[in-house]
Amino acid sequence: MDFSDTSEEAQFRDQAQKWLATNIPSEQELKGMDHISRAKLWEKRKFDHGWSCISWPKEYGGQGGSAIQEVIWGQEESKFVLPETNINIIGQGMCGPTMMAWATKEQNRRFLPPLASGEEVWCQLFSEPAGGSDLAALRTRADREGDDWLVNGQKIWTSGAHYSDYAILVLRTDPLVPKHQGLSFFFISMKSPGIEVKPIKQISGESNFNEVYFTDVRVPDSQRLGEVGQGWQVALTTLMNERATIGGGGGLGFNEIFSLARKVNFGPHTAIKDIGVRRKLADWYVQETGLRYTGYRALSALSRGDLPGPENSIGKLVGAPKTQDMAAFAIDLLDGAGVIADGEVSELAAEFQQAYMAAPGLRIAGGTDEVMANIIAERVLGLPQEVRVDKGIPFNEVPTSD
Amino acid sequence: MNFEFSDEQNLLREQARGFLEQNCQPKAVRAVLEGEESYDYALWDKIIEMGWTSAVIPEEFGGLGLSYLELSVISEELGRVCAPVPFSSTVYLLTEAILASGSNAQKEYWLPKLAEGKVIGCLALIEREGQPTETNIHVKFDEGNLSGTKLLVTDGDIADLGVVFARDKVGVSAYLVDLNQKGITRKRISTIDPTRSHAKIHFEEVESELLGEEGKGWKLLEEIYNRAAVLFAWEQIGGSESALNMAKEYALGRFAFGRPIGSYQAIKHKLAHAYVKNTLARSNCYYGSWALSNDAPELAVAAAAARISATQAYYYAAKENIQTHGGMGFTWEFDCQFPYRRSKLLAVNIGNEYWWQDRLISAIENERSA
Repeated sequence: MDFSDTSEEAQFRDQAQKWLATNIPSEQELKGMDHISRAKLWEKRKFDHGWSCISWPKEYGGQGGSAIQEVIWGQEESKFVLPETNINIIGQGMCGPTMMAWATKEQNRRFLPPLASGEEVWCQLFSEPAGGSDLAALRTRADREGDDWLVNGQKIWTSGAHYSDYAILVLRTDPLVPKHQGLSFFFISMKSPGIEVKPIKQISGESNFNEVYFTDVRVPDSQRLGEVGQGWQVALTTLMNERATIGGGGGLGFNEIFSLARKVNFGPHTAIKDIGVRRKLADWYVQETGLRYTGYRALSALSRGDLPGPENSIGKLVGAPKTQDMAAFAIDLLDGAGVIADGEVSELAAEFQQAYMAAPGLRIAGGTDEVMANIIAERVLGLPQEVRVDKGIPFNEVPTSD
Repeated sequence: MNFEFSDEQNLLREQARGFLEQNCQPKAVRAVLEGEESYDYALWDKIIEMGWTSAVIPEEFGGLGLSYLELSVISEELGRVCAPVPFSSTVYLLTEAILASGSNAQKEYWLPKLAEGKVIGCLALIEREGQPTETNIHVKFDEGNLSGTKLLVTDGDIADLGVVFARDKVGVSAYLVDLNQKGITRKRISTIDPTRSHAKIHFEEVESELLGEEGKGWKLLEEIYNRAAVLFAWEQIGGSESALNMAKEYALGRFAFGRPIGSYQAIKHKLAHAYVKNTLARSNCYYGSWALSNDAPELAVAAAAARISATQAYYYAAKENIQTHGGMGFTWEFDCQFPYRRSKLLAVNIGNEYWWQDRLISAIENERSA
């Protein structure tokens, strides 16, 4: 039992470190660029030097590397201050693998290399106002018209829709059969006429997501992935990659709360002297190390060649509520002043206030806490699904809230 | 990255599990729970034959000289079946105390006997209710003799040798005491977990021998606890996983309102949370075992993290196992009581959760100020 790389892994890590050390763009170089241009510049540079989408096949713009090399690259890259976070993380993490599994060779040769280089950005259009946790209850319709499909309806919670070039999406092609059987899967140009993107303002004041409206949007039948009615099966390919892509972190961790507790007063002492504070800190610490070493165990399995399984849902299920509780606790530690949202008045308070307001989203995006617990119960422990009253009923006869 | 047990260690796990499935079935645990015997003699003899008590004792003292990774594997399996034997007292506490601070003579005399399984050990610390501290040790050592009363000693009624914490001229020190000598009165005590035996021990001017440095007993205790915590945590993980399995099996087979209760989210989420707690604790235990087997300076933090998360996980799984069983789980006839009893015993056996939480934060403070 040890934490060291194999000699090949160590060699790869060394190469990655060396390249990163000399190739991160300087602030001078990035001057005046908006965050999309900054992100695209970095993606393109990685692609040009053979560091992009490491585990993808070479003919699709990847490096033909292993999953563990991909992880090592991620570890090394995260040690640097990058020009911007990757705006194509959903494209490369979820859309790309779905295309690889279901699109034709010609389509993959056309679409995957510019996705790997960041020149084209992809997003994922799954959730709808009527289908969140019950994703398959989605209603956006696609009706066949000659060689095309005509799309009408609305998607929601789409990250990056406003700067994306392409999207993958699930649509209802037959409302007369039971829920899962009436879906089909497509990819589409986000520049298609009839698509309208509206940002959603979150309780945190930020706008990370969008609503996407479809009015008579045409998508060619050649851009269908899988058979008509096989959309749910294709969507599962995407979702299997989602848990790995969306983490539960959010920047706030034990270290931040620990140093805060050493700074602020709590009665006559600093907060860290208080046993109640110490107990909470200890609980978060053991959750964090528990997740970290669970990650090491998963990496060891990956290094051996095993595939990651549904047990990876743990990260988000533990991480997201922990972040929320820590943010709430930090505000408590700051006491009355903890509510200040103005960074110029109180730098500390503003940071935790923002984390507090962003945290509810972490527990919902990419599968709610409850859905994660169901996944663990059903797919890891093997417990049966809840009875579903919509089972076997044509979709247009299923009771709905409106 | 190779953060896992080796193939040989996993083979040992399979072998240990198979052995215990055969030799420590629930009816064996129940026999100790309901009977007069302090522990399962037959099982203990076989465990000695398997060499488990001698696992980490160096070969020069007659042991197998295995690493703490192998011992971790054995601990988990013993915990899984709630084994009614004095393994933790003998191996994690007494043997560790001698390995950590015994003189050459003490090691040469006692370790071969421990390796052969001729000696059952114990650690005698507690004198009253509440947290033991360096200031509330009143058992006295004076002019070669030790006197006073230890309120509760796990395996104290059957142990041959004890490490006893006593106040002497310098402070609190650890003493090795042969428990089969005159002047020792032991009274068996009934506890929350009768599948492990306990005694109140009175010492009346008994011969004893200093273990480690005079006045440094408390430091030694903390050192022993740091090492033992990882092994206790593995027992807790084994028990916790077994409790979750019991709950899962029952939830699959028990029907209510026309369907298995395991299909209700109220039950599913409960068991999913138990799985999550077990997994986090297990991963902390991996790190604990790594630190223990490498004598790493990270042991203080690693042991506390393993201990805290395993204590929390076992309590949760044990209580929710009964809850999942409903009324049947509350009956004497069902085995749900085994992990419920054992989880609480192990939770307070070497310092409770709160004590370890405080220690963890102190250890992190030390690490970061260094």
